[in-house]
Amino acid sequence: MTEPLQILFWVVVFPGFLFTLILGLVASWIVRKVSALVQWRVGPPLLQPFYDVIKLMGKEILIPQEAQRTIFTMAPVVSVAGTLLLSMMLWRVSLAGTSFVGDIIVAIYLMVLPSLALILGGSASASPHATVGTSREMKLVMGYELPLLLALIVVIIKSGGQLSLVAIAQNAPVLSISGMLAFLASLMCVQAKLGFVPFDMAEAETELGSGILMEYSGALLAVWKVAQAMMLVALPLFLVTVFLGGFTSSLWAGIGKYVLVLVLIILIKNTNPRVQIHQAMKFFWVHCGIALVVAVILATIGNNYGIGWL
Amino acid sequence: MSWKIWSLKKSPWVFHVNVGACNNCDIEIVNCLTPKFDIERFGMKLVGSPRHADALLVTGVGTRQAVVRLREVYRQTSKPCVVFIIGACACGTGIFHNGYHVAGPVDKVIKEVDPNAIIAYVPGCPPKPEAIISGVVKALSAI
Repeated sequence: MTEPLQILFWVVVFPGFLFTLILGLVASWIVRKVSALVQWRVGPPLLQPFYDVIKLMGKEILIPQEAQRTIFTMAPVVSVAGTLLLSMMLWRVSLAGTSFVGDIIVAIYLMVLPSLALILGGSASASPHATVGTSREMKLVMGYELPLLLALIVVIIKSGGQLSLVAIAQNAPVLSISGMLAFLASLMCVQAKLGFVPFDMAEAETELGSGILMEYSGALLAVWKVAQAMMLVALPLFLVTVFLGGFTSSLWAGIGKYVLVLVLIILIKNTNPRVQIHQAMKFFWVHCGIALVVAVILATIGNNYGIGWL
Repeated sequence: MSWKIWSLKKSPWVFHVNVGACNNCDIEIVNCLTPKFDIERFGMKLVGSPRHADALLVTGVGTRQAVVRLREVYRQTSKPCVVFIIGACACGTGIFHNGYHVAGPVDKVIKEVDPNAIIAYVPGCPPKPEAIISGVVKALSAI
């Protein structure tokens, strides 16, 4: 195969779009099935997320009259594109071991892109429910970006100032006190990025209808669902790569770590009520913030004096 | 059977519209979501916006105030969609027949908006959750 064809195959089929999509839909089935089992229900069949996406593809697309049409239709595509780029980078790190200096910073930016697209799409849809959801999502993004960045600073300090994901994935910072604090805080940030309970106030099903996604229908909603499913692969994979040592030791260990993170996320989702937005801000800035400042100090001390467990 | 209808049967997302019900049918609809009946087995999900919905569960007699909203909700639902009319009141106005506040049976109101609407009826006061599930399954296997 020639070089461009190879790259196209990487992007579209194997670790790129199709593979991540199928894996993400299966992961979202796991989320729904485990939630059902926790509530003593039977739960949906394995192919249910696939049926949902196929059905939404065949439905009529309604666009509100006052909506900003271009942004309204482009926002889901931007979200999918950002998630696809993020998952491509992480798959290349995990499977091929190729990386470049500073790609952890690129990953941070790419992780904000779906939330930004959600904010754009919600505010372009001219719906009061979506507006409330958008304002909550904006506050949430401001809330969780600070602890996430602090947690990644801990990781970078622990790895001795490395800025490429392959070098960071060589060690597992979670095996130290500061790394453990950073992992727990960023697990909560990932929960908020995925829009899962306790941080689902932007999409609050019971009070806002569907919040930001209120006005989306048909194929556009399907694209949002696809983006959310792909996030369900990319974000736990990011945590695995950065905190748990990635796929470096073996492929099966990597898959086990991914499943572990996914199950942790599902259990947090199922055992918590939704918090209000000011509680979430307080949690991220005060509680997570203080814990992570302590973690940064501990990591710096540990790095300077060569104490691995600190 | 086209793939649109096939996939619609596999995952009908329902939106609940109350047009003047006494809340009894609404309780029975919510009852379907409980662990005992668990309609998520069939891929059904209660959604918060009519734009996401494939089936409208309409309960209530259709009061003059509410039918205006019902017409609007039906127009906002993305097609193809199915309308389930649940309970004796919604099916034929029940004990409120010829009442001063009644704007007619719900199916008449829906047909004013769209003469080709797919409408299924589940009678009962209130219908049991088993009756609602059986009605939905029968209606979906008929289309």
